[in-house]
Amino acid sequence: MTGRPAPFDEMTGGGEGPRPPYRDYCAWFGAEPIARLRRKAAEAETFFRRTGITFNVYGDAEATERLIPFDIVPRILSGREWARLARGIEQRVRAINAFLHDIYHRQEILRAGRLPLALVARNPAFLPQMIGVAPPGGVYTHIVGVDLVRTAEDEFFVLEDNARTPSGVSYMLENRETMLQMFPELFTRVRVQPVQDYPMRLRRSLEAAAPAACPGRPVVAVLTPGLHNSAYFEHAFLADNMGAELVEGSDLRVVDGRIAMRTTRGFQPIDVLYRRVDDDFLDPLVFRPDSLLGVPGIMDIYRAGGITLANAPGTGIADDKAIYSYMPEIVEFYTGEAPILRNVPTWRCGEPDALAYVLDHLSELVVKEVHGSGGYGMLVGPAASRRELAAFREKLTANPGNYIAQPTLALSTVPVLTRAGLAPRHVDLRPYVLVAPDRIDLVPGGLTRVALRRGSLVVNSSQGGGTKDTWVLED
Amino acid sequence: MLGRTAGGLYWMFRYLERSENTARLIEAGFRIALTRSGRSAEDWASVIDTAGARAAYAGRGGRMEGGPVIDFLLRDRQNPSSVLSCVEAARANARMVRTALTREVWEATNECWMVLREALRRPVREPDLPGVLGLIRRQNALVRGALHGSMLRNDVFDFARIGTFLERADNTARILDVKYYVLLPSVSHVGSSLDNVQWETVLRSVAGERAYRWLTGGEVTPRGIADFLILDGRMPRSLAFCVGKMAGNLGYLERQYDMRHPCHDRIAALKAGLDGTTIEAIFERGLHEFLLAFLSDNAALSAQIERDYRFYG
Repeated sequence: MTGRPAPFDEMTGGGEGPRPPYRDYCAWFGAEPIARLRRKAAEAETFFRRTGITFNVYGDAEATERLIPFDIVPRILSGREWARLARGIEQRVRAINAFLHDIYHRQEILRAGRLPLALVARNPAFLPQMIGVAPPGGVYTHIVGVDLVRTAEDEFFVLEDNARTPSGVSYMLENRETMLQMFPELFTRVRVQPVQDYPMRLRRSLEAAAPAACPGRPVVAVLTPGLHNSAYFEHAFLADNMGAELVEGSDLRVVDGRIAMRTTRGFQPIDVLYRRVDDDFLDPLVFRPDSLLGVPGIMDIYRAGGITLANAPGTGIADDKAIYSYMPEIVEFYTGEAPILRNVPTWRCGEPDALAYVLDHLSELVVKEVHGSGGYGMLVGPAASRRELAAFREKLTANPGNYIAQPTLALSTVPVLTRAGLAPRHVDLRPYVLVAPDRIDLVPGGLTRVALRRGSLVVNSSQGGGTKDTWVLED
Repeated sequence: MLGRTAGGLYWMFRYLERSENTARLIEAGFRIALTRSGRSAEDWASVIDTAGARAAYAGRGGRMEGGPVIDFLLRDRQNPSSVLSCVEAARANARMVRTALTREVWEATNECWMVLREALRRPVREPDLPGVLGLIRRQNALVRGALHGSMLRNDVFDFARIGTFLERADNTARILDVKYYVLLPSVSHVGSSLDNVQWETVLRSVAGERAYRWLTGGEVTPRGIADFLILDGRMPRSLAFCVGKMAGNLGYLERQYDMRHPCHDRIAALKAGLDGTTIEAIFERGLHEFLLAFLSDNAALSAQIERDYRFYG
């Protein structure tokens, strides 16, 4: 990445002293002996291990439970910066829900010619089973994770929307918990907006989206694929902190037209199911017949309005990477406003002109699979070897419609604590958005992921990324 | 509570209890091997028998010597009752029922697993054995302490306790049964050194040697030991104590759920059987027969609880 301008550093902004949001923190940091900080960092790891905050790595038989590395230097946003982001996120999430409702009902956006029909009709993320279905409260995406990156003081881009089952919120909460335990004195010095009530806000938001026929306080449960799922810790964590049951498919069945869980006192109906099982596995009668993770018949109950599924099936059409490139149009179409948050310029490789450009500039671009996630199957051009580029070129020409390409953004950096002291590393930000029938709720902050290798732009935990506590200041 | 959660709690505590029992058994065997000469193969064979693992151990082709027997009981993953297997199974169950546990209980269990997995990573050398065995007991005690100090006294607690006492009763009854012939009053054996050592194995493997001496003034008789381990309600590992605790916890469940199940009749019968008998009557019937019947009733009780509270379906 020679010849490029230095990326925007959120602590210094390229200047001499710290930027305003970091001023108090830096004053504290400057007075701390580095040895003490290093000891604290080691303590943090012990804390995570003891609490069992681990994730499972697929295809790694030896160390099946791993820690996501945690860096003790917080990522700090001012209240003003956050307020602007929050407005943009809210707008985008409102548009996503309106889009989902439209695409499964009248499809106005297709009629208006603002989105190519083929993009929806031939998209495996589009579920015909959802056509005409009215989810309780009209909510499709009860929880959304919007991945943001920053390139300059006032430049934020949405990298992708996670409208299916965004994960990582438990790390946001545990990171804060860890910081509070390790550096209580910091939080008396710097006023940080709290995030710890996220689970209760999630519960309230889910309850508000319960089926209309639900009498009294809704029964909420979290559906997990089980112990071996990579995010099992998070499923248990959220169920625990919401006071909801953590259920598996084998605990559930249809009883008298409801989905009910097998308890020590018999079967008890569930009103709202926060499911962390993918659409494909949700109902073997409708989707994959070999699935043991779901509940036979749940889609019938859902379509009859007997249960709320969060998120609704079929929301993947909204976070599809090919659809992503149309998000500015989608936001404008449904909100009548110009998008507050910018999209990263995107080439759809299925279009011949775009493909030609991408093939010509492969070494400068990031190329992603349209349906991929987790940083798997993507090419980071500037970091790729000649051989990797050639291999990817072959995959790309064989199936261009499967890829999109974006410029490599100069992602902002935030320092991490290394052996040699502070060193800048690239970060992104995933705020978590809760959607209820009558409002959209955001906890201030989100999960900051950081690429721990010097110069790396890949922040995914499955690819050597770590996390930081994210602070939004009380201005 | 989910039936599966109830089952997970029950097994989590059965496995924890089993890991501690296995450690106590090794401690008894090790101590006896240290304090007398000769016949060590017989002593270790008897330890393997008490663990109910003769067939499994024979299958592994191990010799009846301290080193391999201890390794089998401590670390062998093929042995489902080894300390390591038990602690791993307990922790897997704890992960599954994580939402039912307080953070303290979960962390104590997770730490128990981390610490013991590390301690048992390699075969334990003889000089380190007392320390490792102590560590196993201490880690178990920490989980138990967290359970008592932080959990609500509700159905979650009841299922955890039922698992503990069902496993413990099974363990005590098995130890007695393996040694029943030693306890049979037989003129030729009473008072011989063989008997003393065997009794000591029995008492030590249930951590009861001091309590027994304290209660009986040091008079060691077969009847006395059998009475102590079967009918003495003060002894926390006796059958009467364990059955009494299970009756209590099942009774709480009956009241909390306002539901009586067949398992309540079973525990009532088991308790009545112990309350209404004497050690003389037991010996008259035959200690072995009595213990076999108890083990079978205890297993049937377990199966009934699993059905009544829908652990699996």
